[in-house]
Amino acid sequence: MSRLALRKDLSLRCARVMLTFFHEEWEMEGLQTVGILLVLCSSLKLLHFLGLIDFSAGDSIEDDFELSTVCHRPEGLEKLQEQTKFTKKELQVLYRGFKNECPSGVVNEDTFKIIYSQFFPQGDSSTYAHFLFEAFDTNKNGSVSFEDFVIGLSIILRGTINDRLNWAFNLYDLNKDGCITKEEMLDIMKSIYDMMGKYTYPCMQEDAPREHVENFFQKMDRNNDGVVTIDEFIESCQKDENIMQSMQLFDNVI
Amino acid sequence: MATGVAAWLPFARAAAIGWMPVANCPMPPAPREHSKKQDELIILNVSGRRFQTWRTTLDRYPDTLLGSTEKEFFYNEETKEYFFDRDPDAFRSVLNFYRTGKLHYPRYECISAYDEELAFFGIIPEIIGDCCYEEYKDRKRENAERLMDDQEENKDSRLPNMNFRETMWRAFENPHTSTMALVFYYVTGFFIAVSVITNVVETVPCGSTPNQKDVPCGERYTVAFFCMDTACVMIFTVEYLLRLFAAPSRYRFMRSVMSIIDVVAILPYYIGLVMTNNEDVSGAFVTLRVFRVFRIFKFSRHSQGLRILGYTLKSCASELGFLLFSLTMAIIIFATVMFYAEKGSSSSKFTSIPASFWYTIVTMTTLGYGDMVPKTIAGKIFGSICSLSGVLVIALPVPVIVSNFSRIYHQNQRADKRRAQKKARLARIRIAKKGSSNAYLQSKRNGLLNELLDLTSSEEEEQHMNKTSSLLESQHHHLLHCLEKTTAHEFVDEQLYEQNCVEGAQFSRSPSLSSQDGFTGTCCTRRSRKRIPLPNASLSTTHTHTHTQGLQELSAIHIQCGDQPSLSTSSRSSLNIKSSERSRINCRGQQITTAVISLPSPTNFPPDGDGHGLPNPLSTPPTINTTSSSNIVKVSAL
Repeated sequence: MSRLALRKDLSLRCARVMLTFFHEEWEMEGLQTVGILLVLCSSLKLLHFLGLIDFSAGDSIEDDFELSTVCHRPEGLEKLQEQTKFTKKELQVLYRGFKNECPSGVVNEDTFKIIYSQFFPQGDSSTYAHFLFEAFDTNKNGSVSFEDFVIGLSIILRGTINDRLNWAFNLYDLNKDGCITKEEMLDIMKSIYDMMGKYTYPCMQEDAPREHVENFFQKMDRNNDGVVTIDEFIESCQKDENIMQSMQLFDNVI
Repeated sequence: MATGVAAWLPFARAAAIGWMPVANCPMPPAPREHSKKQDELIILNVSGRRFQTWRTTLDRYPDTLLGSTEKEFFYNEETKEYFFDRDPDAFRSVLNFYRTGKLHYPRYECISAYDEELAFFGIIPEIIGDCCYEEYKDRKRENAERLMDDQEENKDSRLPNMNFRETMWRAFENPHTSTMALVFYYVTGFFIAVSVITNVVETVPCGSTPNQKDVPCGERYTVAFFCMDTACVMIFTVEYLLRLFAAPSRYRFMRSVMSIIDVVAILPYYIGLVMTNNEDVSGAFVTLRVFRVFRIFKFSRHSQGLRILGYTLKSCASELGFLLFSLTMAIIIFATVMFYAEKGSSSSKFTSIPASFWYTIVTMTTLGYGDMVPKTIAGKIFGSICSLSGVLVIALPVPVIVSNFSRIYHQNQRADKRRAQKKARLARIRIAKKGSSNAYLQSKRNGLLNELLDLTSSEEEEQHMNKTSSLLESQHHHLLHCLEKTTAHEFVDEQLYEQNCVEGAQFSRSPSLSSQDGFTGTCCTRRSRKRIPLPNASLSTTHTHTHTQGLQELSAIHIQCGDQPSLSTSSRSSLNIKSSERSRINCRGQQITTAVISLPSPTNFPPDGDGHGLPNPLSTPPTINTTSSSNIVKVSAL
């Protein structure tokens, strides 16, 4: 028992001595240690920076180059002619404009938004551009190729009224489940109103989109079940003269 | 991004179909395209090089020449292309602008030529892309500075009638304009040097009195130094007051740097005069004497290099500021670290952080006086890091300042060289211009001669006279002639004009002229000092002209012509030339004698403006014929 206590006492005393030793020394040597560590770390970093040592696995800079060199070529002119209702010359003009803006052959969503925002400088057209992008990107791969672009345009500009109405319905139906709910319509309406911007006459009210949506549903929703299906939509549109006329407004855009 | 707008507008319009079903009100009708042209290829022929592009490409920018209907003015019906008589190389960039939407500035192109092309095609240079905009702006700035230099030189050669104040100001600014100014310039320079040397020598210990240690010279020879100082300050004061008086805008002059330096240089003296040996302010007074050293800055009026240095420092203010800021940051950091590192060591000189500042500065600028040295290991490590980083921090902004200085300095060198060459260039240009104006006078004479010959219907002479001048020339001459008729004045060359101004009163329309020398028509005097070279031999020997009656009403008739007959004392030594230049023409029926035009013809121009008195290459008979023609009226050339 006493030996144990003696050993404990010894060890305690040793620890105390060491602690005091370190305590005193630490003050003076502390900065030295810090200095040495600093020098070591910075020299390693410098060597890594100079390229003599390689820490990270691979460089990230070269990876970025991969994406931008992807090039997409559209199918032949004849095939596109079959798929769309444009003439050869029109397709040529369209492709020239497309290729000028997007040399890689595809449009991604950001470019799409930038292009569309040039036409509406006062407001924020990014949401509506997003919905448009979704409508054009039929195979949902995040980019619009020339075929998607031209097929979409062909429906809008050269299709029958029903085709166009179908396309518009597709645009509004955000989750593509076959019916437009009030929330979906509200999103669309808000995005359209966003494009107007702040400076409008009369002043933009907070609930203007909601009111507009109510009007829309009143007109379109026949059975008042809170959603608008494709048939209700087409039927109601066909009854409205204004809509019919406006659908043909852009026939000669191209 | 106009290309984007134009190319994607159809898409944006088509996408508007998404709004149609939700719209409440009817849509406005769409604008009709009047002629729905198919996109066609346009051929642009620029000085022979054919460029082809789609019409829609050009239509992207409707506010330029090629995009608007303005290009129809250049349409060539036969070749069905648009022809532009411009530089095809510069046109490449212009056309690329339409194609890509970005305007580039080619580096090999001259800046003013490029600007002209852009102006012609209606493109504003501000839309040059970011890749080329810096270069464009740099070149443009260089060019503008060069033009400004040239303009400044033109200002030197000013009107002869400036009032006293303006002459004095000009003398001050450009000492080379008059000897008086040069003398003043050198005198002030000398006195500045004297003053500076005085200030320096004042403090040198010269000789010791037996009981004291060395006294500076200033205290030994107080009176002498005081007199010297007074003299210098007198001169400086007078100079300053004169400048103030002569300055066109006194307020602006007083605010300028040089004037402030002047004031600061002489103020201590006056303040010292005013103040007595008051104990309280003598300390301040001693400080003021330091400002006397500012007199050395007055040298910057005399040295261009100094001015350039000052200008460089001013233009590199941001770099200097950055240098100062980064140095301060580094000093504070390292001083703190060194202080705490050396805190433990005994007898350390690093007593406080501000005390460590000195060590840090000395180390960072690699001076290393050695009065403060770290002793601990940590201190030494940090000290070495400090000195390494000091070298880097100081080396960074220095090249920017150096390059700025070098650019400005070289610009000045070039400006000086251009100024030297300018005189010769201007002289050559003046000669060439005189040639063309002389051509007009020459042809006028020919024309008059033709008229005369029409009167006398002498044919063989007529063929002689019909020097075939180009259509352009003849039209130009006709225009000048119309102007003469309009204003009832005539064109002369400047020699004759000056001469006529001087000798205006001396000639009169006295018949004695003709009787003396048998000359009936004397056209004008000629400054005999300047010998105008003789006309081209090819222009037949009988250059004559005559003043018809009609011309008499012209108040000043001076056609540069042969010399003045020896009528009065005022005529100079034109006699020797006179005889060789007279010739006559014999016409059928009437004899007309006219003076010979010794006109420098443009094709036979000697290199320098003053023609030598060449011996007459023409084989003109040196005879004089009197004529009894009544057509000839002597006209005074006065």
